[in-house]
Amino acid sequence: MVPLSWYLILSALLFIIGTAGVLLRRNILIVLMSVELILNSVNINLVAFSYFLQDLRGQIFSIFVITIAAAEVAIALGILIALVRNKAALNVDEIQTMKG
Amino acid sequence: MTEQIFFFVFAILAVGSAIAVVSLRNPVHSVISLMVCFLQMAALFVMLRAPFIAVVQVFVYVGAVLVLFLFVIMMLDVAKAGMERFVSGGQLWVIALLGVLFIEMVLIVSRSRLAAVTAPAAGRLTGTVREIGEALFTKYILPFEVVSLILLVALLGAIVLGRKELR
Repeated sequence: MVPLSWYLILSALLFIIGTAGVLLRRNILIVLMSVELILNSVNINLVAFSYFLQDLRGQIFSIFVITIAAAEVAIALGILIALVRNKAALNVDEIQTMKG
Repeated sequence: MTEQIFFFVFAILAVGSAIAVVSLRNPVHSVISLMVCFLQMAALFVMLRAPFIAVVQVFVYVGAVLVLFLFVIMMLDVAKAGMERFVSGGQLWVIALLGVLFIEMVLIVSRSRLAAVTAPAAGRLTGTVREIGEALFTKYILPFEVVSLILLVALLGAIVLGRKELR
């Protein structure tokens, strides 16, 4: 039997790796992939709690998280395409078009 | 015991491919590593008796999101713009901060009552799609509809943003 805390520590580890990708990488594609990693690590938490507490709400919530993540990726990649079409920049430090 | 061995195999593969996502130079390689990571997570969902979430994970993430990433990488000129690595120097404090955060999370998990939980509570979940469908279409029907609206707006937004002229 796998204890609950193992799942929680695995999820924390993946969360930290995803946060490191967001903070350390300058390539916007990698930053978006790291955000996906973060959302997925939270999903592991939700499903693990759902199983160990025998409560369906965790699974329902993780379905919603997956859906919102898919919508977020569609919008983010659309913005990325529009940005690259106007000015070729994949570096997050150079993207300041929407800054006031 | 077998379950713990399987957990370690999936967890080590997931963490290793996650590190590869963050540290690889080529974005295409990162997408492939992310695919490996998501498949390991789907296997973990199966171990947690949530087969429907595992299937949704494979369909939505591996089938849709990562293919979208690959399409966008194909459309962009990755060869000149995307091949840069970590920023050199001056970022050590970020790693130190994340290390402190991880230690803090592990301490919170290991000191709390959750550390003693090894077996699921005596419950009534059967792990079938039927109970998820019943909950989703009766008790959670309002969030379900709101999410479908969000998906519609995201679809429209992607079409508008992807048009040729952006006026």
